[in-house]
Amino acid sequence: MGFFKDSNLITDPLADNNPITIQVLGICSALAITAELEASIVMSVAVLFVLGVGNVVISLMRNIIPSKIRIIVQLIVVATLVIIVDLVLKAFAYELSKTLSVFVGLIITNCIIMGRFEAFALANGPWKSFLDGIGNSLGYAVILVIVGFFRELLGSGTLLGNPVLGDPIEKTGVYAYGYENNGFMLLAPMALITVGLIIWVQRSRNTALIED
Amino acid sequence: MALKDKLHDLKVKYTGTKMSPVFNAFHTFLYAPNETTHSGSHIRGADDLKRTMNTVIMALVPCLIFGMFNAGYQHHVATGEITTFTEGFLRPEFWNWDNLVVGLWKVLPLVIVSYAVGLAVEMFFAAKNGHEVEEGYLVTGMLVPLIVPIDIPLWMLSVAVIFGVVLGKEVFGGTGMNILNPALLIRAFLFFAYPTWMSGDKVWVHGAVERTNEIAAGSTADVISGETILGSLAQNSTAMMDSSSDVWNAFYGFIPGSVGETSTLLIILGALFLIFSKIGSWRIMLSAALGALVMGFIFNLITDAGFIAQSSKFYTLMSLEFWQHLLIGGFAFGAIYMATDPVTASQTNKGKWIYGFLIGFISILIRVFNPAYPEGVMLAILLMNVMAPTIDHYVVQGNVKKRLKRLKAKTA
Repeated sequence: MGFFKDSNLITDPLADNNPITIQVLGICSALAITAELEASIVMSVAVLFVLGVGNVVISLMRNIIPSKIRIIVQLIVVATLVIIVDLVLKAFAYELSKTLSVFVGLIITNCIIMGRFEAFALANGPWKSFLDGIGNSLGYAVILVIVGFFRELLGSGTLLGNPVLGDPIEKTGVYAYGYENNGFMLLAPMALITVGLIIWVQRSRNTALIED
Repeated sequence: MALKDKLHDLKVKYTGTKMSPVFNAFHTFLYAPNETTHSGSHIRGADDLKRTMNTVIMALVPCLIFGMFNAGYQHHVATGEITTFTEGFLRPEFWNWDNLVVGLWKVLPLVIVSYAVGLAVEMFFAAKNGHEVEEGYLVTGMLVPLIVPIDIPLWMLSVAVIFGVVLGKEVFGGTGMNILNPALLIRAFLFFAYPTWMSGDKVWVHGAVERTNEIAAGSTADVISGETILGSLAQNSTAMMDSSSDVWNAFYGFIPGSVGETSTLLIILGALFLIFSKIGSWRIMLSAALGALVMGFIFNLITDAGFIAQSSKFYTLMSLEFWQHLLIGGFAFGAIYMATDPVTASQTNKGKWIYGFLIGFISILIRVFNPAYPEGVMLAILLMNVMAPTIDHYVVQGNVKKRLKRLKAKTA
């Protein structure tokens, strides 16, 4: 069946063709919003929606879009979807949308989205494009969640807002032994370093991925 | 059988196995090897890397010993156990056993942890990649304990050392390949990760943090203040720098600060030793001092002309006599021991002048305008480390152009 035949469209971007660690796209948002795990997850879901739906829409229209204005058409599609996401977040998760601030709007400039529209949706049917969109946004999500997990755990000592390491002010849990949160993890440079470490681990496990 | 033979046998036994670099490292460290260093981008003469490293460590030893005495001295002054103060460098209340014991107790663990963790990381990578352990960490391991506050928790130091050695050096390919000075990277990591332990007025004197916690828990003891001169100046207070004896204290180093950087006198002695043994570049040291003086002088001119109101939060630091900037904070230590690191500094002579001058210039700029980062020299050196290859590139290109012009004039 079609699904199993094209399942590599979903599995490839998860590891060996990951949009962040291999193609090095979408780095900005990976650095900006990963200080908390919750924000990372919401961002991933937003990108999943925009890329999944957007890929299908572009794929359906691929034969009627004049190639001269295709970038504008793509921008309109992605802008519409991003505004939907933004308004939904503002309506149902206002605090979170304040945390994500401008970065929801900036999904529009996320290179992964325009890249998949250009490279895949314009040349393939809707079902394949849908799988490709889901796969790439899941690959994006995996990295965001890993980075968000470590940054929130080591930087704030919490996970999804729950104090898993104890209370730093009351000195319970590991804080009783002199442990302290690493403030550097909350700054953007450490997100870049964390992504770099993931890239290092991935390429040393699979040396075929190393470029010259 | 002598120890040396035993060690040699052990080395031969493990030759070719995965652990051989580890044994070789100990062997080389304890006995002179019969071959000298012949590779590494910073080797530009017939000098052995080991000789370079050992010379720098010798230049650092006075600072280390002074740092131990000072740790005890500052602690005892703060707790009120020292009440009589004399003048001069060889003052009896400073050079005594009580101070040294506290210093040994606090400083030696820092040295041991720094070396143990750093060398363990180096050996791990050496064993994994199958090359010999390089001597690069010998100096870094000595610098690190000298540039941290005395009471820094040892586990934080370990985390920072692992970070600095792995991401500052090993990912680039080991000794001689690094872009940034590893010791400063370790300090910068600590500074941004654990700011409560690296800045403020409580961390520079042994016992100050503890005492604060005790008071918070209900003890009636007095607060220990451990403010540095820079810290108090940034608060617009000249109280710690208003008499000539204050200035002499800053020069001798009887002031709170990171472990080994307080004594400008001993740092200058170390600098002379490095210059005469031709290990450190006098160009960088001199131009860094010049850069700092120029920047300080510009600030003095601005305040003298009355452009800045006395109530401005920058006024005190800007109006500080320009040469006094060299005595306070970690500037002297950074300019002498860190900026001259042969790997990360500029390599061309003209480049060294530019590199050093900008380090001095930017250090004072950061120091004055950003009270949140009183130690501008750390950030200035790291910034210039990144710029150094660019400076070299343009110096070399300029040279090439000049010679081409000369060639043209000759042949025309």
